[in-house]
Amino acid sequence: MPSVVVKNITKKYTQSKKEQPIIALQNISFEVEKGEIFGIVGPDGAGKTSLFRILTTLLIAEQGSATVDGYDVVKDYKSIRQRVGYMPGKFSLYQDLSVEENLNFFATIFHTTVEKNYDLIKDIYSQIEPFKKRRAGKLSGGMKQKLALSCALIHRPSVLFLDEPTTGVDAVSRKEFWEMLKRLKQEGITILVSTPYMDEASLCDRVALIQNGKIMAIDKPNSINQNFGKKLWAVRANNMFGVLKTLKSWQEVFSCYSFGENYHVVMKDDDNANAMAIHDYLFKCGYREIEIQLIDANIEDSFMALMHTENEK
Amino acid sequence: MKNEPVIVVEKLTKQFGNFIAVDGISFEVNKGEIFGFLGANGAGKTTAMRMLCGLSIPTSGKAKVAGFDIYQQTENIKKNIGYMSQKFSLYEDLTVKENINFYAGIYGLNENQIKDKINYLVHHLHLQHQQNTLVKALPLGWKQKLAFSVAIVHDPAIVFLDEPTGGVDPVTRREFWEMIYDASEKGITIFVTTHYMDEAEYCNRVSIMVDGRIEALDSPKKLKQNFECVSMDEVFLKLARKATRSE
Amino acid sequence: MKQFFAFVKKEFFHIWRDKRTLFILMGIPITQIIIFGFALTNEVKNAKIAVLDYARDNVSQQLIQKIAANKYFQIDKSLYSYQQVEPAFKEGKIKMAIVFPQNFASDLLHGNKAQLQFITDATDPNVATTLVNYANAIVKDYQTDINKTTVYPYTIETEIRMMYNPELKGAYSFVPGVMALILMLTCAMMTSIAIVKEKEMGTMEVILVSPLKPFRVILAKAVPYMLLSMINVISILLLSVFVLDVPIRGSLLLLLSESLLFTITSLALGLLISSLTNSQQVAMLFSFLGLFLPTTVFSGYMFPIENMPIPLQIISNIVPAKWYYNIVKAIMIKGLGIASVWKETLILLAMTIVLFTVSIKKFKTRLA
Repeated sequence: MPSVVVKNITKKYTQSKKEQPIIALQNISFEVEKGEIFGIVGPDGAGKTSLFRILTTLLIAEQGSATVDGYDVVKDYKSIRQRVGYMPGKFSLYQDLSVEENLNFFATIFHTTVEKNYDLIKDIYSQIEPFKKRRAGKLSGGMKQKLALSCALIHRPSVLFLDEPTTGVDAVSRKEFWEMLKRLKQEGITILVSTPYMDEASLCDRVALIQNGKIMAIDKPNSINQNFGKKLWAVRANNMFGVLKTLKSWQEVFSCYSFGENYHVVMKDDDNANAMAIHDYLFKCGYREIEIQLIDANIEDSFMALMHTENEK
Repeated sequence: MKNEPVIVVEKLTKQFGNFIAVDGISFEVNKGEIFGFLGANGAGKTTAMRMLCGLSIPTSGKAKVAGFDIYQQTENIKKNIGYMSQKFSLYEDLTVKENINFYAGIYGLNENQIKDKINYLVHHLHLQHQQNTLVKALPLGWKQKLAFSVAIVHDPAIVFLDEPTGGVDPVTRREFWEMIYDASEKGITIFVTTHYMDEAEYCNRVSIMVDGRIEALDSPKKLKQNFECVSMDEVFLKLARKATRSE
Repeated sequence: MKQFFAFVKKEFFHIWRDKRTLFILMGIPITQIIIFGFALTNEVKNAKIAVLDYARDNVSQQLIQKIAANKYFQIDKSLYSYQQVEPAFKEGKIKMAIVFPQNFASDLLHGNKAQLQFITDATDPNVATTLVNYANAIVKDYQTDINKTTVYPYTIETEIRMMYNPELKGAYSFVPGVMALILMLTCAMMTSIAIVKEKEMGTMEVILVSPLKPFRVILAKAVPYMLLSMINVISILLLSVFVLDVPIRGSLLLLLSESLLFTITSLALGLLISSLTNSQQVAMLFSFLGLFLPTTVFSGYMFPIENMPIPLQIISNIVPAKWYYNIVKAIMIKGLGIASVWKETLILLAMTIVLFTVSIKKFKTRLA
């Protein structure tokens, strides 16, 4: 039995009677297997938080149904609340309570004790344990995140919902956080995690790419990239900003996006000879030190390509 | 672009009690340059940026922003810089037009200039149909683009961008950077912080702060060479892992 | 149950760690009482009085001597006719006048009953009452003295005339008024803010996604403020009895139980406010406009309700503080028992039940 089953979920927000309701989620369906790290990847406003709130029984969808651990999110919300762990996007612990007090509090309201499940959180909690007398509000971003994760885990949930756990966190803490998730996966906990950082998609077992309330693709990160379908060229030259303008105004170019020190270019006429064509065109336009390379698409390439397809629809 | 520094910082230090948030940093930023200001959370970025914006008086050291001293001439600095952050920039309960009007007004543009600016920006950002829409109804990416335009509405010498693209979709994020390039071509200096390491590659030069000090400062290309890394992400991790303190 | 106590404990931590708020919470009743008290009860000692003795017999002389010997009174002048009484007050020197009618001694000794009149300046009602109480005590004392030697008890009936403010509006009334206000403030406002704070901080989201039942969350939020409020009630009562000499004439137990009831009413109101708002500022504004103002205006301790236009008088009935104020006045000042306040108590109880039901129904088990 899958851990999470989402079927045709639609969620709307009505602001006033006059205005059109805002559609946060549009006919979303997916399944998450037990013990999987499932990523919901998309920018702010894509509907990630709405989806998490529906699955954690905090919101009710207008249409569709969903189950978590076999329980219906509307009817059996009480059972779900017994067995899931939830870490909202905003830091949601008591700032005026100490690290230890927060952890004990959450253990108690979930009918358990810190001792009982210490082995599960040991890896994470031991890093902040030296500061256990410190008020949660006085912790650094990375430590707050670790405490929040410890609190969400303290009752040994079967499904863990992490809503943008790495937003606003620096690259080092992000890396550490994903290493912690990998270890939790070993414990058999199903993890649903949302993120606006495309590069984190590759750290999930499977991902759903979400934009404007719609899922554009669900698959293993590699499979999504393999489905990119077109040849992708990394282009570089002197005067980079000029190159961007030149390529964007060239009618042969299908898309051109900056990527780190390169531009990722897809041509309308998909052909192996593209490299030469691009080189010649840029050279003709006066650019030098031109480098062109055929590369594999990454999740961000795929995401942008999918956004483009969605817009065309 | 070279040899025309608009930000000159010398041994700038800020101390809170025993805690040295910014520890004697020195650097120069040239006119029209896109300067990436990176660092882990708590490395001292925000404190440094506040001092440069004239919002916080340093403990010691010297700095000039747009030719003005950050101790004495903070009012002049504020007139000559723009500021935009992920968290605050626009009034959500005002319309697009009202926001431009307001910011242009507080920077002392006259009525005709304001009118021209509104026309220009609305067309430039393709907001013709949304000019009377409340800002809160705009998608995040559009908001950020509008916020940036508003931050440079008075053609400042420097614009400070504090994580301007957090949570923005990848396409809009790139469109945002194109706007940054445009501004830089016009001679506006860009001082930007970000958590997206690919964006660090878009900067002319990047500084990486660790524990209140600048550990590295160079073009992305040179940094990668010097630290023998293939990406800025690696460079950053290599340096930031040395940090002994956090926020 | 363990969950519940963990929650209550947490609430106490919140309150205890926010020292500034705690200080204000506990300080308000004390400062209120002291400010009101000192404004009203200065110079009770050595109050200057005038005596108009029509009787001029040994009993009146003995009583006058007894009063003159008391530390509270100082006989400033002797008057010779009733016409002199008012000018004496207008001069502003005297606070009370005692009038002995003719044949005071013979009335007392032969008719076993004599009358005595205290006239006071009731512009300062608290001082007026205090003085009358003291004078009464002296008279009673004298009465017991002379009764020791006789078979038939002699009684001196004192007739009190409160000049300028005959109904003594406002006298003592500020204590029940302050009590109503403080309870409203600590319970309703603080509970609503405490709950809304959880919403604002995002912690409510995590609490909701836990097995904790909403009813318990509400109750756990309410308990600390209930205790705090009862401490406030007790400190107000102690201050009024020992500093302001405002007596508690009725049953203390009844007074405390009624206060507890009103505390719960206020809590229910606070809960209702919290379920209608999402930010602390709005909750504060709501509490202020919706509770604080009606309490001061409609409870009757600042402005007499009888003088209000009829529509406002009707509105005043839905203000719980009005009923509590009346109950406290009856128990504390008039010394009445439950028999006289059962109606008000029932109204308060009904209000509480309705408010509580509504706020628990309104408490969302989800976010929207």
